Amino acid sequence: MRKFLLPTLGLALLLAWPFIAEIIGSPALITLFTRMMILGLAASALNIALGFGGLVSLGHAAFYGIGAYAIGISTTHAISGEPFLGLVSGSNLLFVNVLVAMLVSGVAAAIIGALALRTSGIQFIMITLAFAQMIFFLFLALKAYGGDDGLTFRRRNALFDLNMRDDATFFYVTLGFLLAWLAVCARVLHSRFGLLLGGIRQNERRMQAIGVDTFRMKWIAFIISGMGAGLAGALMANLGRFVSPDLMHWTTSGELLIMCVLGGSGTIIGPVLGAFALIGLEATLNTWTEHWQAILGPLLVLMVLAFRGGLARIGGRKP
Amino acid sequence: MTLVLEQLLNGLQLGVMLFLLAAGLTLVFGIMGVINLAHGSLYMVGAYAAALAAKITGSFLLAIPAGLAAGGLTGMAVEYLVIRHLYGRDHLDQVLATFGLILFFNQTIILLFGRQPLFVQIPPALSGAVDLGLFPYPAYRLCIIAAGLLIAVGLYFLIQRTRLGMLVRAGATHREMVQALGVDIRLLYTIVFGLGALLAGFAGLMAGPLFSVQVGMGEQILILTFVVVVIGGLGSVAGAFWGALLVGLVDTSLRAFLPQILRGMMAGSEADALASGISAMGVYLLMALVLLIKPKGLFPGHA
Repeated sequence: MRKFLLPTLGLALLLAWPFIAEIIGSPALITLFTRMMILGLAASALNIALGFGGLVSLGHAAFYGIGAYAIGISTTHAISGEPFLGLVSGSNLLFVNVLVAMLVSGVAAAIIGALALRTSGIQFIMITLAFAQMIFFLFLALKAYGGDDGLTFRRRNALFDLNMRDDATFFYVTLGFLLAWLAVCARVLHSRFGLLLGGIRQNERRMQAIGVDTFRMKWIAFIISGMGAGLAGALMANLGRFVSPDLMHWTTSGELLIMCVLGGSGTIIGPVLGAFALIGLEATLNTWTEHWQAILGPLLVLMVLAFRGGLARIGGRKP
Repeated sequence: MTLVLEQLLNGLQLGVMLFLLAAGLTLVFGIMGVINLAHGSLYMVGAYAAALAAKITGSFLLAIPAGLAAGGLTGMAVEYLVIRHLYGRDHLDQVLATFGLILFFNQTIILLFGRQPLFVQIPPALSGAVDLGLFPYPAYRLCIIAAGLLIAVGLYFLIQRTRLGMLVRAGATHREMVQALGVDIRLLYTIVFGLGALLAGFAGLMAGPLFSVQVGMGEQILILTFVVVVIGGLGSVAGAFWGALLVGLVDTSLRAFLPQILRGMMAGSEADALASGISAMGVYLLMALVLLIKPKGLFPGHA
């Protein structure tokens, strides 16, 4: 029973959140929570590689940003009516764009993963970071799509007949995507594939010895993980109706890692909790001082040195 | 022809700067098994301390010890307070803790100096150009190249020919054995980390007059340093040296020559945009290429 109590309470709170925010008179909190959910989705996507596959990627901001740019580029083409590269026309439909975003970031993850997975450990961390930086510079140089100014579009993508302009509506759309993603995660991770992945994380050599193609498994996990980050980027682009290379700044990758560890990597719900905690902490510190990072930094160091396991495991069983 | 030679020298200059950082990073990894994202912050601290000292005293000669001391001491303090507790921990923990350090250092620098970049004058004695026979070349850059190469030679002797170097090499491969033979491994670690920090501080103080001294300068060069270390092979100082020169030369030549080459093929503005994109990505593509051929880098270390 206890296992379901907290998630149910959390979900109920989220469902009621837009009303609560209206009642306490700060509708800005709706957007803040939408951001938390989107970053929670991104962290949960990273967690497939990190927590379940044991792949410490410091480059997930790239997939996140690519997903966002897919939305930005497709939507701008839909508005201008000019086909992309003279071939495909853009779209203003959320479902179409989300699929495109996931596809593109999946392809990027497949390419980067195929190269980066040739290494492991510290090299893997450095290489994922370096490739993410390469993509950051690519978009910085992409003058056709705004370069370092980024792209702004006037309206969020359309979904059925919903009024997407309304922040509360977009909040529920995001919540829907988050729940769907978490369901997919749970399904994937309890499948045979998920078990194999866990085995590889714990002892790769042994899994190889019993005949598992470990490279392929890790590669698939990395691709799924990249696609999830792309989905989060797609939602973030819609939230702000703006994309820029800043989205894929390498600190975003670092923050996603923090969310995973803070919430508890290797659990399904943990990274989402971590995202809520970190963004909430940032927002709170930000009201005290502009220099909140000077406080957050040492807090992080303390967190790593003193406390392990994450929020999702507090009071729970040992992993 | 002279332009090519001049750009090669520029590449060499970037290369030796990268080497100073990569050597520290690769030593710390090779010997302690720690990935230190905050290595770039030590570079930044060195640069700021030197810039401040140069501004107050007006003398670049005094800025040198200031930058070195700031880099080295900050490094030792960081090792003592944080890194020491990360030996043997998960790489993920190391990434998170040193990421926290970056946030702290960047924000503290903003608090102390503001967001405006500082500019440092090239010391008057080195502000001129040296005639190299074919073309004149800025004396300051030449001085950086010389200093970097000297340090590379010095490091080689330190590691290959001295007792400390022997312990460092032994510590990288057989940590427990070295400890069992009665060597104070903690002290050794602090010394190695301090040495790496000293080199980073030195790179920072030399970078001051060339680039603007600003927040975020550390991460920019840190990521390039990662590329160097991956190309050269983790844990290998020789690999760091050759990797740094390769990255420096490739990066500089792409930026210098690609726009002209592409302009011969397409319209000017398009060529410039494409060239800037490709040259920004160039070293990463080089890294991908090296990884395809030699996943462990060109000079794989022991670690």
